Amino acid sequence: MLYFLGRRIISALSVVFVTLVATFALFFVAPTDPAGAICGARNCPPDRLAEIRAGLGLDEPKVKQFTSYLEGLVAGRTYVNGGVERDCAAPCLGYSFKNDRPVLDMLKERLPVTISLVAGAAVIMLTVGVTIGSMAAKRRGTAGDRALVTSTLIVSSIPYYIVALMISLYLTIFYPILPRGQWTSPFDSPGKWIAGFVTPWLVLGLVNTTQYVRYSRGSMVESLSEDYIRTARAKGLSDRVVTYKHALRTALIPVITIFGLDVAGMLAGAIFTERIFDLPGLGQLVLQSLVNYDLPVIMGTVLISSIFLVAANLVVDIVYSLIDPRVRLS
Amino acid sequence: MTEPTPDDRKDAMSETAAEQPAEAKRGPEVATRERRQGALSPSGETPYLVVEDLTVKFPTADGVVSAVNGLSYSVPLGRTLAIVGESGSGKSVSSMAVMGLHDPRRSKITGSIRLGGDELVGMPEADLMKVRGDAVSMVFQDPQSSLHPLYTVGKQIAEAYLVHHKVSKEVAKKRTLEMLDLVGIPNPARRFNQYPHEFSGGMRQRAMIAMGLVNDPKLVIADEPTTALDVTVQAQILDLLNNLQKEFGSAIVLITHDLGVVAEMADDVLVMYAGRCVEYGTAEDVLANPRMPYTWGLLESIPTVSAANERLRPIKGLPPSLLNLPSGCSFNPRCPYKDRVKGERCTTDLPELLPVDGAGLHTSRCHLPDKASIYETEVLPRLG
Amino acid sequence: MSDTVRPIDQAPSNAETLLQIRDLKMHFPIKEAAGLARTKKVVQAVDGVSFDLKAGASLGLVGESGCGKSTTGRMITRLLTPTSGQILFKGTDIARLKEKDLRPFRRQLQIVFQDPYSSLNPRQTVSNIISTPLRVHNLVKKGKELARVQELLERVGLNPEHHNRYPNEFSGGQRQRIGIARALAVEPEVIIADEPVSALDVSIQAQVMNLLEDLRRDLGIAFVFIAHDLGVVRHFCDTVAVMYLGKIVEQGPREQIYGAPQHPYTQALLSAAPDLGTIRGIPPKERIRLVGDVPSPIDPPSGCRFRTRCWKAEDICATQEPLLEGKPQSTPGHAAACHFAEPKLDLTAATA
Repeated sequence: MLYFLGRRIISALSVVFVTLVATFALFFVAPTDPAGAICGARNCPPDRLAEIRAGLGLDEPKVKQFTSYLEGLVAGRTYVNGGVERDCAAPCLGYSFKNDRPVLDMLKERLPVTISLVAGAAVIMLTVGVTIGSMAAKRRGTAGDRALVTSTLIVSSIPYYIVALMISLYLTIFYPILPRGQWTSPFDSPGKWIAGFVTPWLVLGLVNTTQYVRYSRGSMVESLSEDYIRTARAKGLSDRVVTYKHALRTALIPVITIFGLDVAGMLAGAIFTERIFDLPGLGQLVLQSLVNYDLPVIMGTVLISSIFLVAANLVVDIVYSLIDPRVRLS
Repeated sequence: MTEPTPDDRKDAMSETAAEQPAEAKRGPEVATRERRQGALSPSGETPYLVVEDLTVKFPTADGVVSAVNGLSYSVPLGRTLAIVGESGSGKSVSSMAVMGLHDPRRSKITGSIRLGGDELVGMPEADLMKVRGDAVSMVFQDPQSSLHPLYTVGKQIAEAYLVHHKVSKEVAKKRTLEMLDLVGIPNPARRFNQYPHEFSGGMRQRAMIAMGLVNDPKLVIADEPTTALDVTVQAQILDLLNNLQKEFGSAIVLITHDLGVVAEMADDVLVMYAGRCVEYGTAEDVLANPRMPYTWGLLESIPTVSAANERLRPIKGLPPSLLNLPSGCSFNPRCPYKDRVKGERCTTDLPELLPVDGAGLHTSRCHLPDKASIYETEVLPRLG
Repeated sequence: MSDTVRPIDQAPSNAETLLQIRDLKMHFPIKEAAGLARTKKVVQAVDGVSFDLKAGASLGLVGESGCGKSTTGRMITRLLTPTSGQILFKGTDIARLKEKDLRPFRRQLQIVFQDPYSSLNPRQTVSNIISTPLRVHNLVKKGKELARVQELLERVGLNPEHHNRYPNEFSGGQRQRIGIARALAVEPEVIIADEPVSALDVSIQAQVMNLLEDLRRDLGIAFVFIAHDLGVVRHFCDTVAVMYLGKIVEQGPREQIYGAPQHPYTQALLSAAPDLGTIRGIPPKERIRLVGDVPSPIDPPSGCRFRTRCWKAEDICATQEPLLEGKPQSTPGHAAACHFAEPKLDLTAATA
């Protein structure tokens, strides 16, 4: 177990490092000069450009730039912007000159919003998806099952942003049945936090649920046809125990894999949901920095996403070994 | 639970129960009728399980699969009935019906299955659950896939006990440890907390047997219990089943394709082909004096360790499709003797299950007039 | 194996030796975590197996699951590369040949698998399955393929008109015939049959056995026949090697192995095997019941690997590994790896 964890963490770190190098390369493959982009003005005065370059360290050799970036990650660094020294404490993910703030501070501000959104939606996805999927699997072949499978197919074949936009438009604006999206910290006011998230949770959660209905239905159909399910029934266990204890436990294994990766992906930015419900999360930040060509922020968000993905993989593997005794972490 | 059987049948039942065999007094006709109704076991003892005219059909997109057609048999306590047949013969399907394990939405079951007098066909699921695993339990073929991979072996056995007994977990654990010990699993306390993948094949099957017997069932259905095991381990498991039966006195229905296993275990033997019983009698009747060409074919096609270096004599052709059974005797397309029956009876009339010597409890389903002499003069010499 | 023992109606003793297997070993490495470190262990699946196969002969490899019989078969056809040892095919060692050099030998050494369901590609027609090896080895002219496929189908007892069907349209026995036709297509000299009939019902099993026997007689193909069923092996093989935990424990002509087995394991196997006599009610003279299961091939017992289940085991069995050798009383060609080997004669009931 220890050996496994050690090895996995090392491999995870190397994945993150590779991502880092790749995103760093963004600076140089980018079609425009980052300094020019930061300067913003069409005819940027050359001295201003040189100043930005020096402040960013863009006049250094590329390898040096990368090592100072890494140094910043570990020990922090300072940038010079408009003649003023800006401190970027470790772990320094870069400095946004557009906003005149360290990238990390911006991420820190956005992260709680995205985490709130994703956590609520994830709970809905998993519980509702697996429950409905299991019920459908038990009644497979019946009219209800077929209707359910068809409807989930229809919902998931419409682009998500259209569904989300329609719901938000009709149910929060034209017929305001549901509250509008709004960010309040749960520590300030839990009630407001919930109210502000109910609609995004339902939309993001339920639309993704349709996929989980299909995953878990398929997985349950397989699990229910296993020999050990017949054994369980032959013991005299009730249908409920057989389905939700014996069959579900094995059926969950593949579902959890997909779930882990989905959650990681959503954490990296549920862009449409945040945009439509106007939630100041990571996704919105990505969007803004893309529009503003704010490269340090883009790099920071890419780094965070890759960390989420790698961590999710690790968590999924550990959960695997907890569910399945045959999986030995080695 | 009331018994929905007609009165005359009930009489036949109570008569056997009260008077004991008394075969000679009643004469051949009575015995035959009762036999056909499954009320009499080939031994003449009072049966615990009585299956009468059982039919199991599965409607599918391609048509109705007739998996079991009018099967009748009975098993008294303390006796072992082996149901022999090849894949698709209906031997497993019929036993799953006894356990009530067929999905009612996907199958149609008619006839009667009486367990100690209680009718199981049509019994509500809630009542059936109380019978399953308690009065009747099942040991499956492949212990690897039949045990849940994610629960410890001990937990799975204790669970079977807890379903039918209102006791604490500690009591159930104590009972489980006793059972593990009884089936010859060394170091039960450690084994209790292990998962199936940590057991060897033989040990897994012992654990399955412990699970099957934990509630002291009166009837155990063993579906190919040794097929997945190695031959030296198979012998151990068969010995174990034999010994446990002596100790618990339960009735056993043993489903197998292996006549070697039948010879080791069975008191009575029922041979199935294409969903029907084609021969039924005591083990001695069926194995030493078979009276049905299919049984002969089975015996002749076994490659044995002692037989001379002779060519095997397979049964020609393939088993029929259960979607479309041949008319007449289901075995007729593969039967090498059908030309000896006058007319086209083999292809037009389904033979009845009749006593082989005009009376008695050894029955077979075949139009051949002189089965005994064909067996003695033709089949037996070939068997060596 | 000696040349002097040749049971009747088998390959003549002057036949060419096709295969010489010498001290073949297959050790699979496995990794196990132990705290922060990792230990490397090996599964000794096959540990020093040697035998000869003559043209047209048939050797049976018998044993229980995990004894290494299938692994041996896979090494001979080079589906696995042995850890060490030699596989001499007509004098050429093919144990380490590279894929390119191996190709002509692949044609000569064909394998038939146990499971007729998973060993045929469900998306290919029978014709395609059988003609692929023909094309790979350039054995047939363009345009003549179908004729050859149909000839092969007829040879294995299938309707040649069915060449365009898919495997799922056939029963288990028929699929096994397709597998055999595929192996026959390249006109091999040796067929490794890995449990070819154990997935089949008994009446169908006999049909396939007879087919294999015809092929051996008519085409002179030599067989290595791998099975756990002693009855099947007796019917098909002129020499038999009994394997236990990766080693051959007894080897010899069929009559000796079945009539006067010397190794306790062979005796136990025979005693546990069903027999028409016992089936028909004649009780066997003696029953040997082994206790326990086969030990793990990761840490096999020291000395004689069978000693943990053997009723004859003494101290020497734990310290000294018995060699596979002929005993003074043995017929030539009959060898047993046991310190206390002695023939037992009454294990199979007389049926006459």
